[in-house]
Amino acid sequence: MSKKKAKKMLEIKNLHVSVDGTEILKGLDLSVNPGEMHAIMGPNGSGKSTLSHVIAGRDGYEITGGRIIFQGEDLTGMAPEVRAAKGIFLAFQYPVEIPGVANTTFLKEALNAIRRFKGEGELDAMQFVKMMRAKTKELGISDDMLKRAVNVGFSGGEKKRNEVLQMAVLNPTLAILDETDSGLDIDALKIVAEGVNKLRSPQRSMLIITHYQRLLDYIVPDKVHVLAHGKIQRTGGKELALELEEKGYAEFDEAAA
Amino acid sequence: MGNTTSTPLVFVDGFDAARPGLPGADLSWLKDIREAGIKRFNGLGLPTPKLENWKYTRLKSLEDTRFQPVTDEDGMAALDHVPSLLPDPGGRPRLVFVNGRMRPSFWIEGDLPSGVHLECLRDTLARDPDWAEAYLGRLTGDDHQALVQLNTAMMDTGFALRVDAGVVIEQPIEVVFIGGLTNRPVAYFPRNLIVLAAGAQATVVIHHVGMGIGAYFANTVTEIDIGEGARLNHYKVQAETRDATHLSTVHVNVAKDAAYEAFTLSIGGRLSRNEVSVRLEGEGARAGLNGAYLMRGSEHCDNTTVIEHLAPHTTCREIFKGVLDDQSRAVFQGKIIVRKEAQGTDGHQLCKTLLLSTGAEIDAKPELEIYADEVKCSHGATTGQIDETALFYLRSRGIPEAQARNLLVQSFVGEALDEISNEDVRHAFTDKVLHWLPAACFRSDEWRGK
Ligand SMILES: Nc1ncnc2c1ncn2[C@@H]1O[C@H](COP(=O)(O)OP(=O)(O)OP(=O)(O)O)[C@@H](O)[C@H]1O
Ligand SMILES: [Mg+2]
Repeated sequence: MSKKKAKKMLEIKNLHVSVDGTEILKGLDLSVNPGEMHAIMGPNGSGKSTLSHVIAGRDGYEITGGRIIFQGEDLTGMAPEVRAAKGIFLAFQYPVEIPGVANTTFLKEALNAIRRFKGEGELDAMQFVKMMRAKTKELGISDDMLKRAVNVGFSGGEKKRNEVLQMAVLNPTLAILDETDSGLDIDALKIVAEGVNKLRSPQRSMLIITHYQRLLDYIVPDKVHVLAHGKIQRTGGKELALELEEKGYAEFDEAAA
Repeated sequence: MGNTTSTPLVFVDGFDAARPGLPGADLSWLKDIREAGIKRFNGLGLPTPKLENWKYTRLKSLEDTRFQPVTDEDGMAALDHVPSLLPDPGGRPRLVFVNGRMRPSFWIEGDLPSGVHLECLRDTLARDPDWAEAYLGRLTGDDHQALVQLNTAMMDTGFALRVDAGVVIEQPIEVVFIGGLTNRPVAYFPRNLIVLAAGAQATVVIHHVGMGIGAYFANTVTEIDIGEGARLNHYKVQAETRDATHLSTVHVNVAKDAAYEAFTLSIGGRLSRNEVSVRLEGEGARAGLNGAYLMRGSEHCDNTTVIEHLAPHTTCREIFKGVLDDQSRAVFQGKIIVRKEAQGTDGHQLCKTLLLSTGAEIDAKPELEIYADEVKCSHGATTGQIDETALFYLRSRGIPEAQARNLLVQSFVGEALDEISNEDVRHAFTDKVLHWLPAACFRSDEWRGK
């Protein structure tokens, strides 16, 4: 991986995305530098998850215009697993249950798949267990949760913590957290925020999608964007989140009208 | 291949010629039931879609091939190894049939406790014909099943397992039927008897596997009698070749407080049908009747089950999972009958199918027939495709698409495999599923860590 300082982490230009013929993103621009933490806020249905899925490479979205450049490379047509191997990670808004597949098996396969892709050796069982032990402790994840099938029977908060665990294990360059704070109690929120803050580094960037400025008390963003009607309507600092909390998104309704 | 004016003649024609070489040829009672069987089969003909429970499976192709009986020579076909399902067959009892003939050199008697008799049908008929007479045909019900009649007439192989009261066999008994090692189409007709006296326990793993390239037709009938408080685990893998036809009929009687646990894994065969009828005859009798079928190409697999509750407080649980790729077809017909006497019945049936290709098809027919008022019964059948969200989830973590698909298939079948209570067998069957998957990337030892 080349990590020239000058290179943007993520550069989205005039992105248009349709689902089943309906345009959801209508010329979205976004630019993230290495080491930056950006928050994206916006009303329900404004296209935040759509944006995160498109960056991660999910099928079923039609990109009708614009480009997504990750570390200087156009992502168009790149398979999700390749994006993952290149350092993109998406913490899902709704983590998926996979019955019959143990959480550890899943994590180990994922990590080793990425390591294989990068030409690094696979971790053996011992090395993996050792690494996991440290990470799970930090995130307050029990051994039981590791042994159980992926997300099956996990509480809402456990699912979100499990997403953060995956992020910590896979060690991405660009992490997108889609409402990872939703459904967390205040203690879990602090744990998750600590986990996220630990991963902050000059080489890593994060996109945090959230409805609550509360999270941003713990994870302080460099920038806050408002996504509404398929576009970034406004960009500001942390104070923008506070303003939104107070006034809601009415202003952007009018802007679109 | 010519003369098919009157349907079943293919087999009927060969009957007279084959008869002198069949096991127990000198037993007059056996001669009589064979005679009756062929007459009855001749009258019935091969099942056709006109019959209610043969609507979705056609045997027409059987009439187009002139199958020949197997010979002792076929039984000696060269074979460099016996495909064993379970690791280290060391002291584990094992019977091996090659092209329908018992192969003594592969037979492992194992450390069976006293009170257990395990032998091939031919030996049972020679050694203890009275016992055989008492049991053969006792459980097959009335004579409406043409394939049972054909088997009764032609039975030329198979095994008998008899376990005396209270005897518990810890080791699973493995029975291997190897087909396909002939240069002409052959048919063989295994007849198996499993009789557990009161309180006995046994685990039997039956492995039908095709190794060569020859076309063959295996028509098997198994009669199982489980005495009071006894328990049988009956596991089967059907891994026949793409040119093989495998038709199996099983009849099971479960006495008071006895348990029957079955799992049928079908992973190969051009045309296959596993028909199982279970009668829960005594109060508190239980049945777990589960299976999975994974088919590709133009394979066809039919699972037809009837569970009949005849006594109070009987329970059944039935889970079938199917995975169909390419143009393959599957049939699931599951009937649960609750007779008037069977108050307090608890029955649960589920059939789920995963279609991996738009060309694949499943006909699922779950049926409940309830005559008692106090019962708890549920059934359901679903058909779906790979969950795209789950696939994306796995891929977004770096797992390549092919591997992610395999993982989801594995996850899907796992719910049925979990029903196998014997851990060694569960692992062996999981391995079989992994091997079925295209270019499987997962190693079974990791699955075992689960
Ligand atoms: N597969 C789909 N088919 C049709 N419409 C879709 C599909 N996926 C998303 N949409 C629509 O796209 C719009 C944007 O959805 P998206 O999930 O991106 O919103 P969001 O901003 O993440 O909302 P929330 O805050 O509720 O999570 C919504 O109107 C949604 O109904
Ligand atoms: Mg969303």
